[in-house]
Amino acid sequence: MASEPSPSAGRRWTRRGVIAAGVLTTGALVVGVAVRPGNRGPRLRPLVARGDEALLNAWVKISPDNTVTAIVPHAEMGQGAHSALAQMLADELDADWQRVRVREAPAHEEYANYALGKGFLLGEMNIPAVLVDTVDGGFLKLTQAMDLQVTGGSLSLRATGTHAMRVAGAAAREMLARAAAAEWEVPPDELALAASRISHPASGREAAYADFAAAAATLPPPAKPRLKAPAEFNLMGKPMPRKDIPSKVDGSARFGIDMDAAAVPGMPRMRVATVRACPVFQGAVDGIEDAAALALPGVERVVDLGNAVAVVADGYWHASRGLAALRARWKTGGREGLGQQDIFAQFQGALSALEAQGGGRTDANVGDAEAALAAAPKQVRAEYRVPYLAHAAMEPLSCAAWVRHDECDVWTGTQNPLGLRAAIADLLSVDESLVTVHNAYLGGAFGRRASYDYALQAVQVAKAAGVPVQLVWSREEDIAQDKYRPASVSRFRGGLDADGRPVAWLNGYVDKHEPAEAPHIPYDIANQRIEHVESPTHVPFGVWRSVDHSQHGFFTESFIDELAAAAGQDPLLFRRNLLRRAPRHRAVLDAAAKAARWRTPLAAGRGRGIALHESYGTVVAQVIEVAVAAGRAHVEKVTCAVDAGFAINPDGLIAQMEGGIVFGLSAALHGEISIAEGRVRQSNFHDYPVMRIDEMPTIETVIVNGGGPLGGGGEPGTPPAAPALANAVFAATGRRIRELPLAKHHLGARSAT
Amino acid sequence: MIEFQVNGAGKRLDVEADMPLLWVIREHLRLTGTKFGCGIGQCGACTVHLDGEPVRSCITPAAAAAGRSITTIEGLAKSGEARHPLQQAWIDEQVPQCGYCQSGQIMAAAALLAEHPAPDDDAINAAMRGNICRCGTYARIRRAIKKAATGAAPNDGE
Repeated sequence: MASEPSPSAGRRWTRRGVIAAGVLTTGALVVGVAVRPGNRGPRLRPLVARGDEALLNAWVKISPDNTVTAIVPHAEMGQGAHSALAQMLADELDADWQRVRVREAPAHEEYANYALGKGFLLGEMNIPAVLVDTVDGGFLKLTQAMDLQVTGGSLSLRATGTHAMRVAGAAAREMLARAAAAEWEVPPDELALAASRISHPASGREAAYADFAAAAATLPPPAKPRLKAPAEFNLMGKPMPRKDIPSKVDGSARFGIDMDAAAVPGMPRMRVATVRACPVFQGAVDGIEDAAALALPGVERVVDLGNAVAVVADGYWHASRGLAALRARWKTGGREGLGQQDIFAQFQGALSALEAQGGGRTDANVGDAEAALAAAPKQVRAEYRVPYLAHAAMEPLSCAAWVRHDECDVWTGTQNPLGLRAAIADLLSVDESLVTVHNAYLGGAFGRRASYDYALQAVQVAKAAGVPVQLVWSREEDIAQDKYRPASVSRFRGGLDADGRPVAWLNGYVDKHEPAEAPHIPYDIANQRIEHVESPTHVPFGVWRSVDHSQHGFFTESFIDELAAAAGQDPLLFRRNLLRRAPRHRAVLDAAAKAARWRTPLAAGRGRGIALHESYGTVVAQVIEVAVAAGRAHVEKVTCAVDAGFAINPDGLIAQMEGGIVFGLSAALHGEISIAEGRVRQSNFHDYPVMRIDEMPTIETVIVNGGGPLGGGGEPGTPPAAPALANAVFAATGRRIRELPLAKHHLGARSAT
Repeated sequence: MIEFQVNGAGKRLDVEADMPLLWVIREHLRLTGTKFGCGIGQCGACTVHLDGEPVRSCITPAAAAAGRSITTIEGLAKSGEARHPLQQAWIDEQVPQCGYCQSGQIMAAAALLAEHPAPDDDAINAAMRGNICRCGTYARIRRAIKKAATGAAPNDGE
């Protein structure tokens, strides 16, 4: 029973959502919400075939035993989305939190194959025709609506949570209340709903939600269920313990790499493979000498994947030894001579050409920046660069695949199960309905598991081997074959008037990905020109926690700090004065400065830096305090203020800030992937170091519930960390860090202030 | 043929002497709580106890376990106890995010507490710096260790 179906063939939606309800043969009430895709980033747009496609985005199931199951369309990779989404739904439903379960759709076994999934969704439910298309086309063939299925862009809570989970919970609550009122013949407003039970205080009657499931399913879902006002929240805004954590302290949580082949009925014994791709990107296999590998115990087969070679064995150790014993020759297409300096020189050349000849693509152009700069009594120039970065999630990439002549199952951890499913169907030239992706917990992702490469390799190897194969990458392969955070160079010119106020901001940088607003600044500078030029390399790139914000946060917040220094002003006050028309940003900046006690003096060799950056709808400011000794900076304290609109789970948001800061600091302090001879020089954690516990600063996070629309949580903590660190080093030493990581620089004694 | 105890139970396995203990545990014994992270003893995800000592199972040959007693995360809690105090502290402090490294973190912390019942920050750093967490849960790990050590809420000024 759809509300507001389309006037024409059910393809257009007059509102964001459509609600459907039904009852399963088991007696469970199911309420679902279909959501029309919202904004799509440029990278995703080509993947979305039809702009008016919708997808079933949230389901709530109320079982006869009165448990409430939230079925969520997002992967759990540590960001706490499963629990927070369930929290949103359960609050609107007035459910008993202790009896709320979370399941990921469609990776759960109830959706284990298309027929089963379709039966679960369609066979037992009376869904109106308008929604059948949605279920079929949107939920089970989801390429058209990929934007809302991808876990990334810090989207889970602000899109799915706001538009689907809360609505599903509220709709289910309203239907249960109406069913109870009808059965008890009392006015609905005399009922009280709490902890998954309905009571009628006037008559003393009381019953479980489940008792009304069948009756509720016969009612038309409300067109627009009433959502709670913040004052009515019982669960939202509270630091509820995450549901996935108990399984993550006793070894019972299953990640993609933990796939248990013995648990799959009828499946032959699974083999384990490992792989090495041509270390020079875009290269190909030119020959394989595999006799020595095949002679080793346990090694069964060597598979030529065209650009990579895989060894299939009876276990990882044997596969790994086989790969080490194998000799592959590669065709490297002339790229084997490229080094990191060539790449940076190419970027600088592209920027110099941009400055000399123009021809850049414009990000922003207000006023007349060139004229304002020319007229400015003080001009400041700076060039910054950042290196490639690997994701290095703790769980090595892995995927198990079982390819039969007409079907394929894979077990993995992916940020995009349905996109992967489409990619596998494409690879095998089969209908998507024959491909099933079983998604598990992700042992970290940070954007890496939004790519399909490792899973597609697994499918190819399993197909060639004719038996189920789990492909496991070594850490060395993970570092050598990532989809890297792009290296970049960004140049700035700024002009200050006689009072030290910035009047011109000119920024040119190489390579733009997403999101589009990443290089924008919140500051009130009358004349701005921001532009970019593409300068492609052979190094593969992908999304890395906060994507383009990770480099632009460093660039823009370093340069505004340089302008403050050139103006002889306090970096905090300088920013504040430019935020008179951005009260939200100013409030966050002030909150961080206050908590950090910005004005208290520091001992010699110490310094504080501040940075402010908005990403994914969330504004974050950080103050970092460093101590510099023996040429090295140690991060002592990070004070973070965050406005994500409203913190659904405050402790979860704090955890995401902590994680985002550590991720950003790991990169800023140590992170560098560099290219030599066309390939990555680094190989494992000894030469791609990340932050460890002995470097961990104190982190204090202040939540500013600004009341705006929900912003993201997973990514916005990362961008301010690097510039706040570099600005702190400047404050401590007078030395401006324009190239990351910090490990490249020996910080001499403080020169002057 | 190698014989050893795993979580209190005797095992006799036909594996090569130089196969890393990690793969014996994960693939032969199907105890998947012990994780593969780097393969070179750099990240600590594979940490188990060998006669109570923390070892990196990814670089410990199976032969080194012969006749000895291995404890994995699955066997950390004493019999009759639902969870080891560290496991409870990990829940109380909401430590894990992705959770992948946490078996190794908890095993390293358990070995630390067995040696130093009330470790200070330096002792925690020394014992735990071999365990990487990419989600950045270090501050909570520190709090949870102190909480388990004292059986009460820590007071470390954070």
